[in-house]
Amino acid sequence: MADTSVLTRRHPLESRRAALEALVGDPAITLEPLVSAVDLRVDPDGGALDALAAALGGPLPTAVDTWTGIGDGEALRLGPDEWLLTSAGTDPHRWEDRVDSLAAPFGGMAVDVSAQRVALRLHGAHARELLASGCSIDLRPGRFGRGRCAQTLFGQAPVLLVAHADDDLHLFVRSSFSGYVADRLVDAAALR
Amino acid sequence: MQLITCPWCGPREETEFRYGGQADLAYPADPSALDDEQWARFVFFRDNPEGAFAERWCHDAGCRRWLRAVRDTRTYVFAETRPYGRTA
Repeated sequence: MADTSVLTRRHPLESRRAALEALVGDPAITLEPLVSAVDLRVDPDGGALDALAAALGGPLPTAVDTWTGIGDGEALRLGPDEWLLTSAGTDPHRWEDRVDSLAAPFGGMAVDVSAQRVALRLHGAHARELLASGCSIDLRPGRFGRGRCAQTLFGQAPVLLVAHADDDLHLFVRSSFSGYVADRLVDAAALR
Repeated sequence: MQLITCPWCGPREETEFRYGGQADLAYPADPSALDDEQWARFVFFRDNPEGAFAERWCHDAGCRRWLRAVRDTRTYVFAETRPYGRTA
């Protein structure tokens, strides 16, 4: 076995950190810390949601494209039988084991997708305006307020938008597309 | 741009979707009993109506679920969309 103890994980957007920090004005774009995440697939009608909510410390979202807080993370409903569950403080493999063992009695399963996405935070009164430069969905606070999330396209890249507040949105993007999204956000911010 | 109403995600741009061809094609009950022409008809031949056409679309950039849509081939107007495999 190779000695992996000397390997430290780098943020996929480390090379863009300086460019994002150099942005002046509104909104501020920052890199969110990397979190553990699992993709949960389970039948929502089988009682699994109640069991998971009791064990994880918060209700799971009952409507598609909404999210709730659970413990030290978030539960985002991506589809009729699919959730993304994050945890800031649990190791990825432990998080996968825990959620998977909770879902298994209901015929569900969880898969570790921690390395799949990175998150950016757009914070400021013009955050929605900046996102709208590349997103076609209705981002007005009345239609996309706190508690909503949506998988859609930002430019050419699939992203997962999470509304935390009127002026605070998080954007999950696949690591391999994150450079494109960060560059496009920097360009769009410069043009404003 | 044309909007398609995903049953799960609501109205989204057409570029988020992938086309899946004609809907409701029944797989032959006994494929080995078909001769070449019958098999070719199942594999390659599709309806091409002028008007309402039931077809499959997949919401690739969103919930990644298949849906069944009825689209007017003359006007491109979507009459209805629903989760695939459901009758109501």
